[in-house]
Order: sequence, then structure tokens, then C-alpha cells
Amino acid sequence: MQDLKKRIRYNKLWNSLFLIVGFLSTMVGLILLCALMIDLAMDGAPRLSYKFLTSFPSRFPDEAGILSAWVGSFLLLLVTALAAIPLGVAAGIYLEEYGKKNWLTDIIEINIANLAGVPSIVYGLLALGLFVYFLKLGESILTGGLTLALLILPMVIMATRESIRAIPNSIREASYALGATKWQTVQWHIIPYSTGGILTGIIIGLSRAIGETAPIITVGALTFIAFLPSPPLTPEFPFVSFKWLMDPFTVMPIQMFNWVSRPQKEFQLNAAAAGIILMMMTLLMNGLAIYIRYRFRKKIKW
Amino acid sequence: MPITTIVSENIKSEVKNLNFYYGDVHALKNINLPIERRKVTALIGPSGCGKTTFLRCFNRMHDLYPHNRYEGEIILYPDGINIISPEIDPIEIRMQISMVFQKPNPFPKSIYENVAYGLRVRGINKSQILDEKVEKSLRGAALWDEVKDRLHDLAFELSGGQQQRLCIARALATDPRILLFDEPTSALDPTATSKIEELIVELKDEVTIIIVTHNMQQAARVSDSTAFMYLGELIEFDRTDKIFTNPANRLTEEYITGRFG
Amino acid sequence: MAIFDEELMKLKEKVLKMGALVETAMKDAVTSLVERSSELARKVIENDHKVNALDVEIDEECIRLLAIRQPRAGDLRFITTAMKITTDIERMGDLAEDIAERAVELNEEPILKPYIDIPRMAEIAQGMTRDALDAFVRKDKKLAMDVIMRDDEVDLLNVQVFNEVLLFMIRDPHTVSRATRITYVSKYIERIADHATNIAEMVIYLVEGKIIRHTLPSENK
Repeated sequence: MQDLKKRIRYNKLWNSLFLIVGFLSTMVGLILLCALMIDLAMDGAPRLSYKFLTSFPSRFPDEAGILSAWVGSFLLLLVTALAAIPLGVAAGIYLEEYGKKNWLTDIIEINIANLAGVPSIVYGLLALGLFVYFLKLGESILTGGLTLALLILPMVIMATRESIRAIPNSIREASYALGATKWQTVQWHIIPYSTGGILTGIIIGLSRAIGETAPIITVGALTFIAFLPSPPLTPEFPFVSFKWLMDPFTVMPIQMFNWVSRPQKEFQLNAAAAGIILMMMTLLMNGLAIYIRYRFRKKIKW
Repeated sequence: MPITTIVSENIKSEVKNLNFYYGDVHALKNINLPIERRKVTALIGPSGCGKTTFLRCFNRMHDLYPHNRYEGEIILYPDGINIISPEIDPIEIRMQISMVFQKPNPFPKSIYENVAYGLRVRGINKSQILDEKVEKSLRGAALWDEVKDRLHDLAFELSGGQQQRLCIARALATDPRILLFDEPTSALDPTATSKIEELIVELKDEVTIIIVTHNMQQAARVSDSTAFMYLGELIEFDRTDKIFTNPANRLTEEYITGRFG
Repeated sequence: MAIFDEELMKLKEKVLKMGALVETAMKDAVTSLVERSSELARKVIENDHKVNALDVEIDEECIRLLAIRQPRAGDLRFITTAMKITTDIERMGDLAEDIAERAVELNEEPILKPYIDIPRMAEIAQGMTRDALDAFVRKDKKLAMDVIMRDDEVDLLNVQVFNEVLLFMIRDPHTVSRATRITYVSKYIERIADHATNIAEMVIYLVEGKIIRHTLPSENK
């Protein structure tokens, strides 16, 4: 019995040891993150104001604002979403439900996973050649949006496929056994049940896109823009305009980079303030993703 | 093998020289069997004997997966069509022959929508008609009283036994000509099991039933005729009481008395 | 399953044991008559309770096996046959006891005539009993049918005894009490043979799965 007690003490010792190591590791990451965020907040918080959000950049740090930057980011994400979502989801559904499972589809799957890991600047180069020069779309919001769409397309496809794969085969069999066609099964079951996962994947993709700098610079986002793209609504017929797609633009990360590169310290503070805004946008989107996942998980338990 | 004579106008379906291949594997070998109308036919045998494979031929479930091949005929009366003919659309068959699976698999939708789905697939969308048919099916599955006040609750909130009865209601909603059960109670507790067995015995007055089970007592309790399969072949087929009191084949006797498998 | 096989084995042994007890009882009962030993007769009468006790024991075991093992096919027929057979064996035990009782009574009076047919009948009946039980244990259909055939012989001997003893009664009324008792003994042995036949018919059901009781021999193969 004594030997047994010794052995238990020994085992528990290793248990406690790992507990301490694990806790410390977690704390390191957490503390660093907090330190960064506090630093950012302390520098940037004083600069946050309504004026900051609604002014264009300027040579004078006190006058400078992020209006063109966040409008640019927003419009860019819009284009990205509108391009990536239908393509990615449709591709994901096709590959999972319609594609025959053979060596070809295996290769496709591997390639899509690889594409997700390609450095974003490579996408920038690709986009430069394809959208800017070949298709002559210019250095515009459309180009930027399509570039980012390409970037997050693999993520959307993979998220779609994973969500669809999570659906147990017994559900499909139940649907087919009642005389449904493949499309009816996809329409009534596959899509509704995987929506949660797909949306989560899309939002995560978009929250990555919002922070991308390199590919955007490559396709020619300008660093100093003191004007907004053309309005989508016009006073004359047809009342809706798409000209804004072809306008030049800038985005939040680029604006931040621009300010950080200036020598004046005040611009550094501006960059910090912009950073806070960017972080809030990102956290908001991730929070939305988590919320969506939670809501869908309540309804669907496999 | 010894097959008792069954009067021919009482046959719902006839299996003739059925052979089935999973790729190169010869899974079902020369099966010949009559299925009696409005009676329960049970398929028993040790694991891997092919009884589920055989059952799934009736509603062409094998067509959903690649490399499967049927040979022979399964004739459906009174039409006389061959269920497994490549010229017949499997969807047409599945609209007339329903299946209840081993693990209850209701859709993550409401109880109402689960039962209504089969009807929606057929283009029936008028809520009045759907309401009627949903009620009729749930009554037929002995579930109506338990769920009539919560038709729009999620199906997942039901217990295991209730979920399986829901699946039965779902299968009944389309007025199938044959109802296939693939080990319907193997995931359920004894109380739920006996409710479903009672239900099956009631249902056979309305619809022809084929049930696969590895629980011999269940086969003895609910079926009128029993087929014993082994290694893809049909070893013996006869009235249930004869199979369980005095089977003709030695292999059948060994299986029934639990001496192998 | 091994447990069940063991239980079936034990059941068989019990049935055989019961049969052996009854064979001995029958032999001793007839011996007590032929050798005029009332002591032996009383022993037979005393030991009948053992037979009854086994009957109850076997019945209870069969019911337990039906409930717990849910036997089917051959096992089911075996257990239900065992239950029916023990009824016959128990009756045979009672009949042996009856023979012993008559022996005690007959031994108090001088012997009417040397017993020849009765021991002959008893021997055949004993043989039938032993063979019927053997057939049960070995599931031997041929042996069972053979047992059924021998019943006729016993019936004939019974009639013979009756006719012989009848003559005695007609010639000399003082012999009536002894004569009647002798006819009883003969009847008892004939009934024992009938029970052995029943057992044989049950064995045929066990083997074939077909009930042939109450049918004529000519109707069976």
C-alpha cells in the first residue's frame, strides 16, 4: 500500500508540473497581447473622435482622418464578399455532393488546401497581371475586391466542404429514400444544415481580408486618397451607378502604414487610433461569427 | 430449398435469381423469394450474411454509391415491373417503397416538417392537405397523441423511441406499397422496442413489410414468414412458426438455437 | 451457450435417473410378487416419493429454461418433450407402487398359480421403458418405433392373463379376491407399457418435429 501511495504521489507530481507549465504558457501569450492592446489604446485613444472618423488624410496630423480608408475597406469587403461567396459555396457544394470521388477530385482537394497557404503577395502579383493588365480593370475597387476574393476563396470552399461533411450520411439516405433528387436534397437539407458553418467560414475569411495589405498595394491601392469613390446612388436615371467599382481607393491597413512611415510622432498616434478602429472591426466580425455558430449549433446537433 | 407454397395473388413482390456485386465482391448469390402482400417477411442471419444488402435492393439504395451492380429481377406486383432494371428510374421506385433505418435519423427540422418532407418532394405544398396527411401518418405511427400539441418543436427533442416512430410516420406519409425496416429497434431500449413491434404488427394490415433483424425473438414475434440468409445465400425460407419450431436445414437450426454467429 | 448445453445435459441425466428409479421399482414390484416378499413390496411403496420429487424438480427446471433461455427449434422440442415424458414416467412409478400394494395383499393368501405370464409381461414392459428412454436421449427414431411395436405383445399377454384367471374364478368362487388382484397387476403392467409407448411417440415428435400421437401406425412411414 505504501508503494502505491508513493506511485500516486509521483504521478500527481507530473500532473501539477504540467498544470504550472501550461498555465504560464497561456499567461505569456495573454499578457503580451494585453500589453500590445493597452499600448495601442494609450497611444491612440486620445485621437479617437467623430472628426477623426469623418476626415480625409492630410499633411497635418491633427486634421488627418480615416474616412477614405474605412469607406475603402468597407466597399472592398463588399466586392470581395459578393465575388467569393457564391463562387466558393457553389464550388464547395459541387465538390462534396456532385463530384465523383476519384484521384482527380483528391488532387483538386489538395490543391485547394495548398492555395489557402499561398503568401498573399503572390495573389497580388497574379491579380496585377490578370485583372489590371490583361482584363484592363485598372487599379480599382473592383480589382482589389476580386484579388481578395481569390485570396479567401480557398477558405470559403474548405469551410463549405467541412460543414457539408459534418452532415451525417444517414440524413442524405433518409432524404433519398423518400424519393428526393440530388438537388432537392441539397436545397432542403445540405444547404440549410451547413449554413452555420459556411457563414462562420465566410466571416473568418472576410476578417482576414480586412487586414490584408500586400496584395492591395500590389494592385495599386493608393496611399494618399483625399476623396471618396463615386456614390452608388445618383440623382438621375437609372439612379444606381457602378462607377464606384472602377475608382481608385485606399484601405485601413495601408493608411496605417502610411502614417507609421512618417517621421512626426503625431502621425504614429494617428496610426494607433486607426489600429484601434481596425481591431474593433475585426473583433466585431469574429464576434458575429461566434454568435452565428452558437445559434446554428442549438438547432442542429449531430 | 424448401419453400412453402404461397397463393399467387397474395404475392406483392417476387425476387428471381437476384445477384448483387459490390465491385468484384459477389455479395448476394442467386436469391429467389416471394414477398407476401400485407404480411411481414423477416430476414435473419449472422452479421455479414447480406440481409441488409438484400433489403437495400428493394429501394435501389445501392444506386447512390459507385461500383454496385444488380443482376436478376425483383418483380413488383401488380404492375409486373422489375425494380432493379436499369431502365427504371430509382427515384420512381423510392417514391413507392419507403425505408426506416437502423438508427433513428429524423431531419433537424420540426416534427411537422419531417413528416411533410416526403410530400413536399412530390410537389404537395397546400397546407390543408399537408396538415391532414401529417396527422394521418402520425396517427398511423402511434405518435399523434404524444406530439399533437408540439408539431412545430424540433424533432431532436423527442426520445429515441419517439424519433424512430417519427421516422416511421415520415415513411408512411407517402403511402408506400412496401415498407422496409432495417433493424429498426437495435438502437432502442426494450420499452420503445416493444412499442415499435406492436406498431409493425398493426401496420401490416395496410402495407407489405420486410424487416431485417438480428434479434431472433423479434423476428419470431412480428413476422409471418422468415428467410434465413448466410454468406449471401438464402438458406431457408418458410412460415415463421415452422422455422422456429422445426427448421428443415441444419444450418438454420444451428443459427436459431444460437450455436453459431 | 455452453451453460445452456450443460443445463440440457443435466436435464437429460435427471430424466434418465427418474426412468431408472421407475425401472427398478417395476422390477422390484414384480419380484416382490413372484418371490412373495412383502418387505420388498413395502420398499417399493416407500421409494415412490423419490420419483414424484424428481418429477416436480424436472418440471420446474424445464419452466425455468423456457423462461430464461427462450429455446427454439430442436431445443424447444427437447424441453417440451422432457416435460411430457416425466408425466408418463411419474404415472409408471405410481403403477409400480400399485403393483407392490397388490403384491402385499396377494402375499397374505396362498399363491393361486405360478406366475409365468406376468413376469414375462413385466420383462417386456421394462425393456420398452429402458429403450424408450434411450431413444429419447439418443434421439433414435428407429428404436422408438420398435418400442411402439412391442406394445401389441404386452396387450396380448394381458388378455391371456385375464382369460386364464377368469377360468379360475368361474371354477372356484373362493379364488375371486386373488384372481381379481392378479388381473389388476396385469392391467397395471399393460398400462406401464402404454406409457412407454407414449414416451416413444414423443421421441418421434422430438426427432421429426411432427406430432404422431393419436395416429395409427399405418399412417406413419
